[in-house]
Amino acid sequence: MTAPNAVPPTIALGAEPGFVVQLEAFSGPLDLLLHLLREEKIEIADIPIARICDQFLKAIHELGLNQAADYLEMASRLVRLKVQLLLPRNLDDDEWEDPRAELVRRLLEYQQIREIAQWMGSAVERRTERLARGYLPPPPDLPPLPLTLDLLGLLQAVDRVIAAIPIPVLHRVVARPLDVEGATRRIEALLEAHGEIGWLDALGPEPTIADLLSILLALLELARRGVLQLRQPAPFAPMVIARESAHPAV
Amino acid sequence: MNLLTQLCEAALFSAARPLTVEELATLDPEATLADVRTALDELREHYDFNQHGVELVELAGGYQILTRPVHAAAIERAQFSARAPRLTAAALETLAVIAYRQPVGRAEIEEIRGVSAGGVLRTLQERGLLEVVGRSEALGRPLLYGTTPLFLELLGLRDLTDLPKAEELTIALHPHRPEAQGPDDAEAYVPAES
Repeated sequence: MTAPNAVPPTIALGAEPGFVVQLEAFSGPLDLLLHLLREEKIEIADIPIARICDQFLKAIHELGLNQAADYLEMASRLVRLKVQLLLPRNLDDDEWEDPRAELVRRLLEYQQIREIAQWMGSAVERRTERLARGYLPPPPDLPPLPLTLDLLGLLQAVDRVIAAIPIPVLHRVVARPLDVEGATRRIEALLEAHGEIGWLDALGPEPTIADLLSILLALLELARRGVLQLRQPAPFAPMVIARESAHPAV
Repeated sequence: MNLLTQLCEAALFSAARPLTVEELATLDPEATLADVRTALDELREHYDFNQHGVELVELAGGYQILTRPVHAAAIERAQFSARAPRLTAAALETLAVIAYRQPVGRAEIEEIRGVSAGGVLRTLQERGLLEVVGRSEALGRPLLYGTTPLFLELLGLRDLTDLPKAEELTIALHPHRPEAQGPDDAEAYVPAES
């Protein structure tokens, strides 16, 4: 933060170029205000609002309007305080509250945050003195194993699929609609009891094609909801259905 | 060094982040948490006693092997490793407010700092130092922010109690003054739906 003007600011205010402040160096209007108070060695508890207000307005004069909103808000507060203090008041009015109290509270609070921020900055600095091992990108997910497939394997796989369907009726209007809700309850009950089940367990004995489809849809829906995980340990191996474990606490 | 100590050392060496005692205990099904702590003590003493260039540091709720501060300058000069970019004053102030008042909403952060905080909050969230921890019950159900383990790691803290206490600050901590905020939204919050 720079205030290159070595002349006492009270005089500088009258001088033409006025108070030169690099506003980029301030992290906000409260910071600028604290800086002005420090410059003039003013106690926060006893701010000469009129003078600080003028200085503040001068200081933000240089600022581009697009950034100025936060500063303008503070400026308007200060002007309001200045006006409030100019109004005459009854001296033995016990009810009178110093209108500066709110500003003082905010400045003190902000100063405290500044102090903590400073402490945190040096903590980061201390931490960077200790180096961890070089950054390692997280290991990529292992690519699926390439399919090593021969005709026999393919036919066997087809056989297994077909074998799971007891009555290979291809064209028949299913009288009963798919019972996905029932299948969902069945899978949830099974997972509740076993934690991990195989695809054939989920299917149950002698499933119809409707059962098969219901179970399949229910499994996909549950997997989408994150209730369970579908795994296939190796190509063509039976699918393993496992309850999604709770997120590990890190 | 016994086998468990060696195992812990190997794991801490290979991991890119601090590991907790619980995580280290999974290395050996026989090992209890107390065994792991003993092993870590042994490892720390080993590094210290034999004056190794690295040391075992307690950090962000876990342990990590880090180089000793005395070597930082030389390592950097040789460009084997670079420091992370510094945090700006705005970022540090925002983190300070959140660290002490979490869970805290954007309005309170802006009220304390006197500037709008949207950009800084987004940047800090992208760097993984902040996360949304819930929503306030106040009007509009604004998001509430909290710090992450990465924040502790960045500052080299074991946990949030390592931050300076109110009585250690030159400016005494002011008691909460929630009347300006309506309902005390520091307490009344519900976890975000996941």
